[in-house]
Amino acid sequence: MSVPVRHFDAVIVGAGGAGMRAALQLSEAGLKTAVLSKVFPTRSHTVAAQGGVSASLGNSEPDHWHWHMYDTVKGSDWLGDQDAIEFMCREAPKVVVELEHFGMPFDRNADGTIYQRPFGGHMSNFGEKPVRRACAAADRTGHAMLHALYQRNVRANTHFFVEWMALDLIRDAEGRVQGVVAMEMETSDIVVFQAKATLFATGGAGRIYASSTNAFINTGDGLGMAARAGIPLEDMEFWQFHPTGVAGAGVLITEGVRGEGGILRNAQGERFMERYAPNAKDLASRDVVSRAMVTEINEGRGCGPNKDHVLLDITHLDPEVIKSKLPGIREISIKFAGVDPIQAPIPVVPTCHYQMGGIPTNYKGEVVVPKDGDHKAVVPGFYAAGEVACASVHGANRLGTNSLLDLLVFGKSSANSMIEFIKSEPAELPELAMADVERSIARVKRLDEQKNGTNVHEARSAMQRVMQNHCGVFRFKDMLAEGVDKILEVEKMVKRCEIADKSKVFNTARVEALELENLIEVAKATMISANARTESRGAHVRDDAPDTPETPNGRDDKNWLKHTLWHRDGNRLEYKPVNLTPLTVETIALKTRSY
Amino acid sequence: MNEFDPVELKRIRWRSRRGLLELDLVLTKFLAQHFDSLTPAELDAYRRLLDLPDTDFLDVVNGKAEIDDPELAGIVEILRGL
Ligand SMILES: Cc1cc2nc3c(=O)[nH]c(=O)nc-3n(C[C@H](O)[C@H](O)[C@H](O)COP(=O)(O)OP(=O)(O)OC[C@H]3O[C@@H](n4cnc5c(N)ncnc54)[C@H](O)[C@@H]3O)c2cc1C
Repeated sequence: MSVPVRHFDAVIVGAGGAGMRAALQLSEAGLKTAVLSKVFPTRSHTVAAQGGVSASLGNSEPDHWHWHMYDTVKGSDWLGDQDAIEFMCREAPKVVVELEHFGMPFDRNADGTIYQRPFGGHMSNFGEKPVRRACAAADRTGHAMLHALYQRNVRANTHFFVEWMALDLIRDAEGRVQGVVAMEMETSDIVVFQAKATLFATGGAGRIYASSTNAFINTGDGLGMAARAGIPLEDMEFWQFHPTGVAGAGVLITEGVRGEGGILRNAQGERFMERYAPNAKDLASRDVVSRAMVTEINEGRGCGPNKDHVLLDITHLDPEVIKSKLPGIREISIKFAGVDPIQAPIPVVPTCHYQMGGIPTNYKGEVVVPKDGDHKAVVPGFYAAGEVACASVHGANRLGTNSLLDLLVFGKSSANSMIEFIKSEPAELPELAMADVERSIARVKRLDEQKNGTNVHEARSAMQRVMQNHCGVFRFKDMLAEGVDKILEVEKMVKRCEIADKSKVFNTARVEALELENLIEVAKATMISANARTESRGAHVRDDAPDTPETPNGRDDKNWLKHTLWHRDGNRLEYKPVNLTPLTVETIALKTRSY
Repeated sequence: MNEFDPVELKRIRWRSRRGLLELDLVLTKFLAQHFDSLTPAELDAYRRLLDLPDTDFLDVVNGKAEIDDPELAGIVEILRGL
């Protein structure tokens, strides 16, 4: 079979913050760099980030990277690798100031320095009191970041391939990565992008859940491609959730609604928080509220035809209070839940927000997998950065604003590693290994030829329901075990998916089917890793993990202070140690995480 | 129906995939309920709206910002009503 092949020094899949930061570094170093993106670069999901990007600039009050490091390790519930965390926090001021020089319109203080605001979990002096560390550009930080990076990349002659979808990774017989197979959406033409170094910066996979704050584009393509190419996925059981998203839509309802007197009710109209938190009731902390909501749903007291959500009631509040104190909530509710909250309660459900796990890398952005007893063996030619990667700086739980920082730091560091690697490689590209290329083409062909198959939309909904019900914000032993069987059943549906529209031009049905093949890999990895981890840590919270003096809050350091690696082949799990040794400072010793 | 090139129609559908969930939700409804019955002028207006940055586009859809262009008013009206 003959497939057109295009040659580059570097190929990057993904044009969000991570991909474009890396591309800039490579293009400015004079390397011929291709960036593929399913959508126009500035429409990548990074555009959704509002809160800001963290860096211990100390513009408003004293701050230090070491304090930032402490907060990040603690936030990660000690699952983060301390070398990577030290690296990120030390680099933060540099990459943020660099971004400023690239034209990022940060909010400013009167003296012209970057204005900083406080954000949950960021403290001064090793956890003493909140510190102002978040740098923002109004409420459009992600948008401004993408624009600054895109403009800069155009100037540096980065080759953008917009509306191209990467399908599969290409590895040779020794496992070295040679590039990707990709499809041009306009024509459905399949082309090989061969390069000396390949970076995945494809973002998250929040669409595995029924309720997600992620845009539809977040389908975990990089994770699916890596898994199919034999790369394990790390710590996929850790997902951050928000307690109240509009059921069925995912749009967030701010916690301020409960602050103003909003009440959560089950199908019987009962104010159930009175049973779970007699004093704080609906104002209990996030995890307590999420846990109560899930327990109600689980025990059959959920609302709606599928009994899959609860209600947030503000009908008893003065409509004027709703309009003045909770602006936007009424509009969101009318638009996305179809109810006017002045008259009827809003259907809500805990909603998935951010993926902590991903493709295993070190702090240089090099992909690492266990090989011959070395758990840090580098996969030659393969790099990952951003939400798709697991460096691991977020461990079991990410701190707000650390994710945009992750994009900048590891986008840049992976590009520097790529530059070094490319220079060390012979000028001529090696002969293309055709086995993976053919497998990829066969995958698309299977889809086009499938008869009497399953409907993509049905299979995706089934997956999302199983993930939401069996592996959501709060987890139960039996539900997880059952969830494993169910997700493997859904996988069979996905393998037989069929598309009615076989046309070539901008066939969104084909794209969605291919995306589903990636989502299902992420869903399996998540369910199977979560089922196996019998402790509670960070965002992975289990009903059956006992809170004892040896295992405070269910965290079991003796047995579970380790990273999960899920292998697609046989759904095999293996584990690797957490790196507790920073680069230059002393370890941040294990402690119970409490705020 | 409109006289738009079918390739262009499909491209417009794909470009309705955005970086913000709220836009995805509104535009999905729009595609399902209105897209096939748009006039050529409306289609052209919609295509121009798609060129807006996501954040500006959402502000327009939410009524937080206005666009000073009578040709876009009709389509903005439809989107706001969804
Ligand atoms: C609502 C919301 C608010 C947030 N706010 C903040 C915040 O304030 N601060 C913070 O630090 N973090 C925040 N986050 C998290 C943060 O925005 C993301 O983690 C981050 O933007 C991810 O960036 P990325 O570069 O890894 O990927 P993305 O920006 O998601 O980009 C992925 C890119 O990959 C491309 N792509 C994917 N698959 C393929 C394929 N198969 N072929 C070709 N291209 C492909 C896409 O087209 C896109 O260009 C927020 C997240 C959400 C959902």
